[in-house]
Amino acid sequence: MLEIKGLTASIGDKPILNGVDLTVPPGEVHAIMGPNGAGKSTLGYVLSGREDYTVTGGTVTFNGINLLDLEPEQRAATGVFLAFQAPVELPGVNNANFLRTALNAIRRAHGESELDAVQFLKLARAETKRLHMPDDMLKRNVNVGFSGGEKKRNEVLQMAILRPKLAILDETDSGLDIDALKIVADGVNALRGPEFSALVITHHQRLLDYLVPHRVHVLANGRILRSGGPELAKELEKSGYAGMIAEAA
Amino acid sequence: MSIGATGFLQRYEGLAGRLPGDSALRSAAAAAFKLSGLPGGTQQRRIEAWKYTSLRSVAEANFQPATAPHHEVETVLAGLLLLDAPRIVFADGTLRADLSVMPPTGFASFADQPDFGTLSWPDREPMVALNTMLAQDGAALHVPAGFGAGIVQLVSIATGDGDFHPRHSIRLAKGARLTVVEISAGQGRYLLNTVAEIHVAEGAHLTHIRLQDEAATAFHISTTYADVETGGTYDSFTLNLGAKLSRTEVRAQLSGAGAIVHLNAAQILTGSQHADFTTVVGHAAPGCSSRQTVKNVLNGRSRGVFQGKIEVARIAQKTDGYQMNQALLLSPDAEIDCKPELEIFADDVKCSHGATVGELDADQMFYLRSRGIPDAEARSILVRAFLAEALDAVADETIRNRLETAVGQWWERQKA
Repeated sequence: MLEIKGLTASIGDKPILNGVDLTVPPGEVHAIMGPNGAGKSTLGYVLSGREDYTVTGGTVTFNGINLLDLEPEQRAATGVFLAFQAPVELPGVNNANFLRTALNAIRRAHGESELDAVQFLKLARAETKRLHMPDDMLKRNVNVGFSGGEKKRNEVLQMAILRPKLAILDETDSGLDIDALKIVADGVNALRGPEFSALVITHHQRLLDYLVPHRVHVLANGRILRSGGPELAKELEKSGYAGMIAEAA
Repeated sequence: MSIGATGFLQRYEGLAGRLPGDSALRSAAAAAFKLSGLPGGTQQRRIEAWKYTSLRSVAEANFQPATAPHHEVETVLAGLLLLDAPRIVFADGTLRADLSVMPPTGFASFADQPDFGTLSWPDREPMVALNTMLAQDGAALHVPAGFGAGIVQLVSIATGDGDFHPRHSIRLAKGARLTVVEISAGQGRYLLNTVAEIHVAEGAHLTHIRLQDEAATAFHISTTYADVETGGTYDSFTLNLGAKLSRTEVRAQLSGAGAIVHLNAAQILTGSQHADFTTVVGHAAPGCSSRQTVKNVLNGRSRGVFQGKIEVARIAQKTDGYQMNQALLLSPDAEIDCKPELEIFADDVKCSHGATVGELDADQMFYLRSRGIPDAEARSILVRAFLAEALDAVADETIRNRLETAVGQWWERQKA
């Protein structure tokens, strides 16, 4: 269970989140929609512990743990995973080594034994196959020379291997064609279960056709303006955000 | 009298007549050293080549002749990343045949067959003058024409306080091939001041790897003169990890058409370490190429120096010279000084140099940490990725793996 209460955050002197209240029960997928500059990406970064943002108020707990007290790597160990809107390139870092280092770091944090290279490759190859990704994605340097679609798929691969309990997808659908979109949705749907929840940040309704959310929240001016069922996304697709924001003002 | 010179000169005078080799050359070197003293040892005269590195601390250390060894040489040797190949071991500057695995042919010691060579400039280089004055031992390697001599390791181990001045000579005849892996390590407060002279004849190929992992209290000075003839290759890589202060100076001359010189290096420093990588590459024939990729990773209050000079003679048309210096500063107190110099007298050349200085990328760090990788491990991953491009220049996979292991061990020591 993710519980966000009265969360306010700023970058420098500029407030971005102005009191976010949001609860995502275990097993549920929630969508966050909203216009540009609403604070959607900031919410994702603040939840995963990016240092550029200052949390100025409120609380965030995940399964009873105060996330705001934890370093980014500790949050990852509790099961938080952020799929980046713009995945970062790591020249000189092999993708398979990166994934194994990450998985073993999390396994270590849980007191589990580490996987050796052979065990890991078996696991990783099974996941790339399931996600219809070429094996050579593991051999390349992390995101270097990847197309936009490949970078997003690499995020989904990381998610599949790290098996988070809370996945935050920051506009993972942006710039994807319909096939890639389905791979992303399948990747999240495959993880669905009573212990898994997801926060899907998106501009568009389209992804939600394949990744049907339990709830949809509209974020504008750093606050949740409205919440509703999947039909809310369809309504937004028709009428846009402007009317809703004007109505709330 | 210049500061720091007195003790060395008195020692030389005490040894006069008992040192091997050309005594006239030694006395000329002593006269030059008497004039120059240690670089940075005098306030009045600053040498441009030593602008960023002062040996005042060497002067203040007031080195005495090495006495009984303080540490077991075998213990240090056992801790080295040695390859399964011949090794010539020097302990406190003296050949230890009992610890060596000699190459089948082509080796002589300086003590037995002293050879100062023809390339060095004791009159212009104070530390070369000091070496020429006091050198007692060293390795002479000779590979005959067309012969592939494989790998030979030159190991220097210091076991206690003192100063050592090895004199090496490496000669490859026409079409010969050799890989020299020079490893230096030790315990104690000492000065290792090596001079090496290298001749690569027509079509010959020398790979020269240096792994410098001296004691944290040591001074390491290394001056190499290389002459590369037509179609020959001198491919060198230096990894500087240890020593309180180190200076690696390479003067390479491309004297025949189509010769190739690579002077690649990585320096990884912490605390108050100082490491200076200085090169002078002389293009004296047409169609030669030189490559220098030098990477510095600087933590704590450490200081890295790169001075790289490329001289292109009028005759050296179609020269291809490349020089890149990159520094990664892991701490706000670390410093890099970089001085590239191009001196070009030919008109049809391609010469480029570049320098970058940066910190660890915040986006990359967050990306790694958001995947569960702890801060220290994430830093280590990014530092190794930064070094990978330089280390990739080492073609031999076994040797490259040893160097990567040495970097890994260095990193582990910082955590401890």
